[in-house]
Amino acid sequence: MRSSVIVFPGSNCDRDITVALEKMQFKNEMVWHKETVLPKSDLIVIPGGFSYGDYLRSGAIAGKSLIIDEVIKAANGGCLVLGICNGFQILTETGLLKGTLQRNKNLKFINRDVFIKVVNNKTRFSLNYKKNQILNINIAHNEGNYFTDSKHLDELKNDNLIAFQYCDQIGEVSDETNPNGALENIAGIYNSKKNILGMMPHPERMIDNNISNTDGCSLFSSLLK
Amino acid sequence: MNITDKVIENHGLKKDEYKNIQKLLKRDPNFLELGIFSAMWNEHCSYKSSRKHLKKLPTKGKQVIQGPGENAGVVDIGDDDAIIFKIESHNHPSYIEPYQGAATGVGGILRDVFTMGARPIALLNSIHFGTPAHPKTKSLLNGVVSGIGGYGNCIGIPTVAGETKFSETYNENILVNAMAVGHAKKNKIFYSKAKGVNKAVVYVGSKTGRDGIHGASMASAEFDESSEEKKPTVQVGDPFTEKLLLEACLELMKDESIIAIQDMGAAGLTSSSVEMASKGSLGIELDLEKVPCREENMTPYEMMLSESQERMLIILEDNKEEYARKIFKKWDLDFVVIGKTTDTKNLVLKFNDEIKGEIPIEALSSKAPVYDRKWIRKKLPKKEIDIKKLKKISLEEGLIKILSSPNYSNKDWVTSQYDQMVMCDTLLKSGSDAAIIRIHNKDKAIAVSVDSSANYCNSHPITGGKQIVCENWRNLISVGAKPLAITNCLNFGNPENEKIMGEFAECLEGIKEACEYLNYPVVSGNVSFYNGTNKKNIFPTPVIGGVGLINNLNTYLSHHLKEEKNNLILIGKTFGHLGQSCFLKENYSISEGRPPEVNLLNEKNNGETVLNLINKNLIRSAHDVSSGGLITSLSEMAMSAKLGLKISKPRKLRNPTEYFFGEDQSRYILEVKNENLDKVQKYLKNNNIFYEIIGSTQKKYFEIEGEMKLDINDLCKINNQWYNNY
Repeated sequence: MRSSVIVFPGSNCDRDITVALEKMQFKNEMVWHKETVLPKSDLIVIPGGFSYGDYLRSGAIAGKSLIIDEVIKAANGGCLVLGICNGFQILTETGLLKGTLQRNKNLKFINRDVFIKVVNNKTRFSLNYKKNQILNINIAHNEGNYFTDSKHLDELKNDNLIAFQYCDQIGEVSDETNPNGALENIAGIYNSKKNILGMMPHPERMIDNNISNTDGCSLFSSLLK
Repeated sequence: MNITDKVIENHGLKKDEYKNIQKLLKRDPNFLELGIFSAMWNEHCSYKSSRKHLKKLPTKGKQVIQGPGENAGVVDIGDDDAIIFKIESHNHPSYIEPYQGAATGVGGILRDVFTMGARPIALLNSIHFGTPAHPKTKSLLNGVVSGIGGYGNCIGIPTVAGETKFSETYNENILVNAMAVGHAKKNKIFYSKAKGVNKAVVYVGSKTGRDGIHGASMASAEFDESSEEKKPTVQVGDPFTEKLLLEACLELMKDESIIAIQDMGAAGLTSSSVEMASKGSLGIELDLEKVPCREENMTPYEMMLSESQERMLIILEDNKEEYARKIFKKWDLDFVVIGKTTDTKNLVLKFNDEIKGEIPIEALSSKAPVYDRKWIRKKLPKKEIDIKKLKKISLEEGLIKILSSPNYSNKDWVTSQYDQMVMCDTLLKSGSDAAIIRIHNKDKAIAVSVDSSANYCNSHPITGGKQIVCENWRNLISVGAKPLAITNCLNFGNPENEKIMGEFAECLEGIKEACEYLNYPVVSGNVSFYNGTNKKNIFPTPVIGGVGLINNLNTYLSHHLKEEKNNLILIGKTFGHLGQSCFLKENYSISEGRPPEVNLLNEKNNGETVLNLINKNLIRSAHDVSSGGLITSLSEMAMSAKLGLKISKPRKLRNPTEYFFGEDQSRYILEVKNENLDKVQKYLKNNNIFYEIIGSTQKKYFEIEGEMKLDINDLCKINNQWYNNY
């Protein structure tokens, strides 16, 4: 598997995701935002961080950057695309994923380990998870409060496009287990073709028992198949 | 502009200091030159009141690669790795404009570290606020915490440890101290000493604006009613540009292009150029019209004194200009040659070929004033508190009062606003005795902790100074790290007051004594005087930031209890000292008495023995006993693991209150498995360590025989409520 990690000025999880991909045996390349050609890749990752400082809406400038046209082309051609945290925000800015990520409900940055549930385990990103498997995973964001219109929400539900939902230790989804106010506790979604995943939690932070756990490994190993 | 007495006073210069300037220049300074003297001769940049005392601190050791005097201190951690670290205050700006003040405090200290070639790997902070009831506290707390988080989170460096405290003494003058820790290769460390004549002086980074003009002078004066008007002297932070600057500098540093590099911190372009020239015994000539400006019509005076953030000054090797320019262009940063080194030993400032100012470098550095200020000793308080005369409080009541107080409450509200995990090397985060950061791609780690004990220092500065160094040392040992060196941030009141100067001198005596005894040298630091408003000074608050080494990732520890039915051993003697204790303060509002005595011999023996036991893998968890006493430390071990413990009543117990809340020093609690108990006891006896087996771990209850039994979940609730209700 060949992967490309897009590096924007202000990306700061680019090294972390590279470590994870290489650990999981991907052949990875870092791609600078001023490039206009993408290396041949089976997977494109847009990492977390504060692209271009995010002084405007998060991801707004990255969504208009040089390299992003190539990402859109590849995604429309069926290439697998994973956007984590700021990467998810950028994907919604490009329109590759619908909906938007608003300020967290408590108006503060939140970094903590939360529980999420694998809602759909039948995609290229989630094959190696069990349905409703509960993951303990780190979140770190200011704007993770997912919102979309009711028509799209119906589509997400009917077409099984919700990837993950915030829950508690035993999988209960409720307001108390919602860290940021996201609609229906949504932590990650797919596009209709399910080749694009956007998620707020950081799977790349969960690949090493020394620092956390290995709940993120199955996401990367699913992609290897 | 005419230089009147008023102008001189506004520049923070005393009359005799001005006379001294006239003597050094052999003429009157012009307005630009006066501004430059003011920037370099203020307390913040010149250390004029503190220098004499700082000289006494131990700064050397086998582990030290670079001590004080550079942008940051450097220690050796084996192989080809070095750790570069420093702490700095940003107190005054944070009180005026909490978000930007705290954010730029973080940005400034990060630059000190990456200027030397290190990739920053951890941020820490020590923040002190007034009482929660004070009308300003809530907004200051909110602003400072989100400012620290805002900068660190954006630049992508984990904020892993710190302390957040409240006390009346900071009502009108909060403390915001930020520490940065970086990792570099030993043979790739960059210094600020200029070498060679006619070398290009390059300005890189953000453009210069009018923000922060005279920031360093503001930090060198007391506050009064007009302080709010000083908002424009607070700098504005841009962590995004700092991230670019960090990556661009580290990229350039891979090559051999840089002769010297210095960040533009306090006193901006002035201090960075003077410092590099002074260290190299050279002169420097700047063409100020070339300085990249953010605003129109900026004068040389404004350019030289601006404290705009995210800027660096680099002296480049010949023929490296184009190579370096390309790197900065890639990162969309300004890169302009604004001058050159000379052999005149003068700072020459030109604007459109006209000389606007000329000052001998040594007048700004080695000939800057140094004061031997008067100081007086503080007497050890005579009065000891007789607790038999106080209303009796049960252990349970006393503990609950402590755990629900602002200072001892769970700090999740604060730390969850900081990204603690980015860079994926955080092995142990906030809430532990010390945080642990793995060296990327290596099987070793460093432990870091910041500590202060203002109440102890106020009561008896020598003891207090000793105690913080020891507490910091103990915190590193508790996680299994060998303490290497410290950085200190010395927050004090007005040094022109002989009592305050005495607090400073005596705290330093204590710090010196402990550092020497423990082979724990000071490698960097910062002095912040004039913390006070309208003649009311803060308690002396030296803050110690320590770094320790963990050579084997299999031996570090957290203070979380690990499993049931393990033994709990208390290392060190318990006398039951309650003077200056958190128990008296939280339960009776009594803040009198002496601080606990610090016995350096015991400190060293106990610490080294505990560290050896941890390294032998004989310990399951460890925690130092500090403020709040034994009972508080035990509850912290239990709450963090949601496990219980049962403490048997000690034989010959004089007074349970003193035993459980006393703050005697040099103590640790160790969790030991049954199978290792004999080995551990034997080792302790062989090393002449005083210890007691005080109880064992169990399910869900914190129990003290015959005194109390509390559900751990209830205790957690009590401990978690304060911030959420504030």
